[in-house]
Amino acid sequence: MLKSNVTKLVGIFIGIILVLLLMWSSVIFGLTKITPQMVIDAFSNFNGSNEHIIIKDVRIPRALIAAAVGANLAIAGTIMQGLTNNPLASPSIFGVNAGASFFVVFGISTLGISSLATLSWFAFAGAALAAVLVYVLGSMGRDGMTPVKLTLAGAAMAALFSSFTQGILTMNERALDQVLFWLAGSVQGRDLQILISVLPYLIVGWIFATFIGKQMNILSMGEDVAKGLGQKTIIVKIFGAIIVVLLAGGSVAIAGPIGFIGIIIPHISRWLVGIDYKWVIPYSGLLGATLLLLADIGARYIIMPAEVPVGVMTALIGAPFFIYIARRGFDR
Amino acid sequence: MKKYVPFRMWKVSLLLDKKSLVVTIGFLFLMLLIMIISLGIGQMNISPLNVLKVIFGTGSSMEELVVFSFRMPRILLAVVAGAALAISGAILQGIIRNPLASPDIIGITGGAAFTTVGFLALFSDRSNTLTVSIHWLPLASFIGAVCMGFLVYALAWKKGGITPIRLVLIGIGLAAAMQAFTTMMMILGPVFTASRANIWITGSVNGTNWNEIAIIVPWILLLTIITFVYARRLNMQELGEELAVNAGQKVQKDRFVLLFLSTALAGGAVAFAGGIGFVGLMAPHIARKLVGSSFGALLPVSALMGGIIVLIADLIARVAFAPLELPAGVLTSAIGAPYFIYLMYKSRNM
Repeated sequence: MLKSNVTKLVGIFIGIILVLLLMWSSVIFGLTKITPQMVIDAFSNFNGSNEHIIIKDVRIPRALIAAAVGANLAIAGTIMQGLTNNPLASPSIFGVNAGASFFVVFGISTLGISSLATLSWFAFAGAALAAVLVYVLGSMGRDGMTPVKLTLAGAAMAALFSSFTQGILTMNERALDQVLFWLAGSVQGRDLQILISVLPYLIVGWIFATFIGKQMNILSMGEDVAKGLGQKTIIVKIFGAIIVVLLAGGSVAIAGPIGFIGIIIPHISRWLVGIDYKWVIPYSGLLGATLLLLADIGARYIIMPAEVPVGVMTALIGAPFFIYIARRGFDR
Repeated sequence: MKKYVPFRMWKVSLLLDKKSLVVTIGFLFLMLLIMIISLGIGQMNISPLNVLKVIFGTGSSMEELVVFSFRMPRILLAVVAGAALAISGAILQGIIRNPLASPDIIGITGGAAFTTVGFLALFSDRSNTLTVSIHWLPLASFIGAVCMGFLVYALAWKKGGITPIRLVLIGIGLAAAMQAFTTMMMILGPVFTASRANIWITGSVNGTNWNEIAIIVPWILLLTIITFVYARRLNMQELGEELAVNAGQKVQKDRFVLLFLSTALAGGAVAFAGGIGFVGLMAPHIARKLVGSSFGALLPVSALMGGIIVLIADLIARVAFAPLELPAGVLTSAIGAPYFIYLMYKSRNM
């Protein structure tokens, strides 16, 4: 849709402004009425009132976390779809989120870990294990990696890890109470500290993601062509996997498994800017942040005064989209 | 070459061979043996011989109470639910022609989980008691499973038919969505509901009573018989679309009926035993290894195998960690997961 580089660049700026606007809205809207003036006062003229505390401790962390997690999941999904050439690839469908969640739940309930930094390592380990297993299982055999085989491997891995999680939780009711809301995927009530402790890894992931675009363009011409052009495809794949693990694992550590963002967004950004990954990846990041911020604002209003976990919102939006893609089939 | 004896009577058409017959009968006895052993083990141990005495009506009254009131219903449910899930999985693997299909993966169990948890959340009041009878719970899960089956089928429909691949993909997507909605229901309900729902999702045969057995056994039996009548069509499905059409099969119609049978079987099982995982995947596989892929032999052996798996899982789950009792589903997943990985490795060239 956007053809020239100038329009694409303009699009990026519009995207950034949109994300900032939505973050602003995310601070303003909700059960507690907040006026723009209060937000400014909360920083320049903090008076310890309820509203000011809510702004500083609840709304702003929430907006930042939603934006970061949305961007992470969308970028992870884009890279997965690009590397596997599978339009249904995403952290949730391929079991990466489930793997990370299982490890975190295991860490909390069985090993009694409460340090956020340690738990984020558990999330990375789980995400990595799931990603590697799905990739290996999906690409075994004579005909190599086929989209259907890979999707089935992912779905089965997701089923496997979630049944393990389920098993742990049946044995430990106290843990169930602790992790239930987290397990549904939510950006509400997260301490900013969680985001900060994971941030270094996310930044590494983002930097890698900026540089992998060009290599992915080459790889998307096909493995053989890429090799013929002198690309070490295995290295690109390893870096891709590292990005996915850092971004998806980090997101699970922060907000729990939030599904469907990684599947919708890459399609929208490809529709917007074509197949050049140098553009697709940043667009995915911005659109992912936009979608999760929107979903999170919506989640506050559906059953007010209670809140729907944002993972449910994304499933509501994402499931029809998934079905549309699945019906269209793999032949693009 | 195997020497098959064709068996044709009315609409039932099966290929029987000696080996399959031996295997079937062998597993039947194995299953009965494990049932008897399982009936004897627990907080109060009863020797297998005494179990037999109780069954034939000559045991002590204490033992009679333990065997008939406490252990027998859950053991029967384990067998029936395991068998139903196994047959359901065998049918799905036949239609989809992929060894990895099973009722859990294409979302049938997920649909049931959603309605079950929804039922628990909607009909609980503040003091954590249900406002309607718990006896409606199986109905809720059954409806969830069947609706999900139809939904997957309808959404996979395009240009006059469904293809196995679309069926699987759409099932996977809906299963993921259902999981999110299920968690939401658990959060909306009180914590008591959440832990109860969680046990249901994992799958457990604990606390089964005879009334439940009286409902599920005829239901599963009826569906199993219909499935046997359809076994030959299932064989044709496995040949693939073109061959089956050329052989004069109404492939799409058969697919619909078979999918319905599969859903109704899985729905019946999960309605009472919850989402016991991986049985529908494992059992048909082991059976296929033993007797080949002609459904005439495959279905009964799968059913027996499914029954045995859940039976053993339940036995271990209630004995190994006593006095703590695990849901049987934890055990089937623990066995099923490594088996599944092995399976993917073995079927890498399919």
